[in-house]
Amino acid sequence: MDGSVDRIARPWGSRTPYDRGRPWPARVDTYLADGVAPESVDRWVQAASILHSDGDAMDIAVKEGRIVGVRGRAVDRVNHGRLGPKDLFGWQANAARDRLTRPLVRVDGRLVETDWETAMERIVARSRQLLEERGPGAIGFYTSGQLFLEEYYTLAVLARAGIGTHHLDGNTRLCTSTAAEALKESFGCDGQPGSYDDIDHADVIALFGHNLAETQPVQWMRILDRLEGGDPPRLVCVDPRPTRVARRASVHLAPRVGTNVALLNALLYEVIRTGRVDTGYVEAHTVGFDELKARLASCTPEWAADVCDVPAARIQEAAEILGAAERLLSTVLQGVYQSHQATAAAVQVNNLHLIRGMLGRPGAGVLQMNGQPTAQNTRECGANGDLPGFRNWQNDEHVADLARVWNVDPKTIPHYGPPTHAMQMFRYAEQGSLRMLWISGTNPAVSLPELSRIRAILAQDRLFVIAQDLFLTETARLADVVLPAATWGEKTGTFTNADRTVHLSDKAVEPPGEARPDLDIFLDYARRMDFRDKDGAPLVGWHDPESAFEAWKRCSAGRPCDYTGLSHAKLRGGTGVQWPCNDRAPEGTPRLYGEGITWAHPDVCESYGKDLVTGATVEAVEYRSLNPDGRAVLKAAEYLPPHEEPGGEYPFQLTTGRTLYHFHTRTKTGRAPQLNAAAPDVWVEASAGDARALDAREGDLMEVSTPRGLLRARLRITDIRPGLLFVPFHYGYWDTPAGHAPDATTPGRAANETTVTDWDPVSKQPLFKTAAAALRLVERSDGTTSRAPTTTASAPHRTGDAPATEGGAAAMVSETADPAWNDGGRSDA
Amino acid sequence: MNGVELVLRAIHHGEQELADDLLAVAGRHSADHEVHHVATDLAAWSREHVERVTGTARHRGLDLAEPHQDDSSPGLLAALKENAAEAPGRRPEPGLLLLRDLRDLHLKAAENSLYWEMLAQLAQATRDDEALELASACHPRTLRQVRWTNTMIKTLCPQTLSSL
Repeated sequence: MDGSVDRIARPWGSRTPYDRGRPWPARVDTYLADGVAPESVDRWVQAASILHSDGDAMDIAVKEGRIVGVRGRAVDRVNHGRLGPKDLFGWQANAARDRLTRPLVRVDGRLVETDWETAMERIVARSRQLLEERGPGAIGFYTSGQLFLEEYYTLAVLARAGIGTHHLDGNTRLCTSTAAEALKESFGCDGQPGSYDDIDHADVIALFGHNLAETQPVQWMRILDRLEGGDPPRLVCVDPRPTRVARRASVHLAPRVGTNVALLNALLYEVIRTGRVDTGYVEAHTVGFDELKARLASCTPEWAADVCDVPAARIQEAAEILGAAERLLSTVLQGVYQSHQATAAAVQVNNLHLIRGMLGRPGAGVLQMNGQPTAQNTRECGANGDLPGFRNWQNDEHVADLARVWNVDPKTIPHYGPPTHAMQMFRYAEQGSLRMLWISGTNPAVSLPELSRIRAILAQDRLFVIAQDLFLTETARLADVVLPAATWGEKTGTFTNADRTVHLSDKAVEPPGEARPDLDIFLDYARRMDFRDKDGAPLVGWHDPESAFEAWKRCSAGRPCDYTGLSHAKLRGGTGVQWPCNDRAPEGTPRLYGEGITWAHPDVCESYGKDLVTGATVEAVEYRSLNPDGRAVLKAAEYLPPHEEPGGEYPFQLTTGRTLYHFHTRTKTGRAPQLNAAAPDVWVEASAGDARALDAREGDLMEVSTPRGLLRARLRITDIRPGLLFVPFHYGYWDTPAGHAPDATTPGRAANETTVTDWDPVSKQPLFKTAAAALRLVERSDGTTSRAPTTTASAPHRTGDAPATEGGAAAMVSETADPAWNDGGRSDA
Repeated sequence: MNGVELVLRAIHHGEQELADDLLAVAGRHSADHEVHHVATDLAAWSREHVERVTGTARHRGLDLAEPHQDDSSPGLLAALKENAAEAPGRRPEPGLLLLRDLRDLHLKAAENSLYWEMLAQLAQATRDDEALELASACHPRTLRQVRWTNTMIKTLCPQTLSSL
């Protein structure tokens, strides 16, 4: 296998086939800048991937004080040495010439450079003024899924106990809040049940709205390697697009967008009808089976076929595979989380595993996935609309316990209702009751729905906006104060991937100019605001990443996400470790719920649950009577039609999504030459039949419009579900003459010009995948094709319609065999 | 008219009103997106209840399906007030108006819940299986409407009222 591979043209690299139940062989991927030989590297510094949720461990190559490349860590349990294209090339953005190097403040309507003292004092003065005049409810924080654990925890403490505001949320609201909510609904508490190692053991892997090949390419390599080994798994794929996963699946279901609950209910109906229920497991570990069965009574495959526009026979075929599986692994992502009835659908996947007893054993598990690299930490640290350590805001004892950890009066910590979610914060800002919004590490002016509305909110004079970022993003251009932040490779901290694996990411080089780690910025603010605990000591008593981590350990002690057995030192040198990690599990915990459901008891659960249709909270007394012994809850859900159906002026369904080569709003990947060249501009996908009806061809300039707005994009004709359009959401305006919004010279480019403001009432996750749209030919192509990748779900309907996506010499990556896992270095099978 | 018919008539009227009110609130608060969408979904439940009540009443020779829209109906009032939240744009008053509307929906749903309770009790006392089945099928959704309005008020009122 040793060799050099163009990892833009072949994103998943070479195969290392392995048999079911065997360890996944290591393959070390290395990419070094042109002209740098491995032996000339000064230092290798440990880190993990910051451009997706997989947690691929890597070492950063440093030469003469600069980052010159990366190499996968063979010893790590997650990636066994492999890296994805974004990991391999994304680091180059750190050295982009347009990094922010000094703070900016708005003077006479323009952003001008200033020093840290001036910028921070402006923020402090406004904070004090608002606290005095309007109270803590006037201040909100909107953070990210890309900072480090130590930073989120510090932010959570200063916001919830320092300011005392209820308004702290992360952009994880857009990517992973449904995962958290679905776990809370079924298991009483957040916490990923499964493990990536389950891929080694499963005989069936079902991917629900999860384009694994593009969102976590390294785990897709793992599945590809199993598909080429002995006793390969069968794949079931639910996705309206012809993803790589769909092309390798035994059964591919491409339902009408917005009908996931109907489809899942029919799958459950069939599993029950064919007698595949593990009644022993259901009786021992669950409540609610009778209600579930009653709810499913009319959800036949024929009924669902009509709703979902999928043949009933295909649904039965899929149900047969799911029902007959010996070890079933299911994964769920945005096709469910960002679609209509998000939580209700994600919960049905949990139900599938509960009624089949497929939990807590090698190969039998659920992965309710995350999108972002550190989303798990936003959730567990309490920066994603939850209290830290998965504490229950409705449980006074949990709040008292948190107040004890922080040494504050419980009344200091707002808990009169659920912490405010991001979309509601923007509504409060729109109405004027929220007057200061501190945005760290995210770009809502491109990533939130209905951008004309978001820009109008951020541009209000009365709203004081702080943007903390690496670049002058579309959002930063609308801010009153811009703080230059250090990023991955320039600061130290920990973060946790989608299967609970905690990694350390060490500082390799100095940040540019005066840019500072986010942790230092938050600590500086806490010091200037002089936040105190109830005995007059500083509320935030730590001063660097390691002391912040130690403070977090005290907060996590005894909670499901227990970090007390971890330290920066323990995480340095070896593999990442899965929480909970404590005295009882000093080397971490591969799977949750192997010995029953542990965090659903009324006294310990993070949430009493919500109504899956209305989002109404269940009260403690109700939960106690429903689930006195703390079992898993089988929650049934009725299908409701989507809120915006195609028809009339807007005959298409529109879904937005991502591509392998980019992350979020391209702030980093758009500045990495190989990644940018692989997908440099927005496109729209339509089926061959729909294109023909519009007399449109590959590369034609099209207009996509909805009642909210419009964008222009070149057409890519693919095997997408007829009637459905797809637009990637990554593209904004920073690399156009317009800067932050469409104008007379730059037409709409961001997918979110068109998306609807609607969110799942349960998880509050915005729905980016359920809108009605029109498509119109604007200008015939002069022969140029769209710039959509040909290697992925956007592959052309006819090979040859567009030139193949290649990286050439600049994208050659070395792949080397490594003995790390060859001798069965694990004992979990 | 017997007792069951009396209660059926009351529920029919109450659910019809709640359906209209939910739609009116959805229209009025289109800039409060969660309220807008969920209220629209929940109106469908009340409409379904109206149909079921009408069906049960018909079996008893009671015609409840008379045209109910007249000039003074909430539907018209709703149309007049539609998009009140959008027109004043960024003023705080829509927050107060929303609280008032949610309170009214809550009370209306609670009233309906009591009628379902009466129907169920009466049906048990008189061994009226059809009426009992109707109440058992519909009452849970009415309770969910009650809980939804309660949750929304609980969540929204601190910010709205503390920022006046």
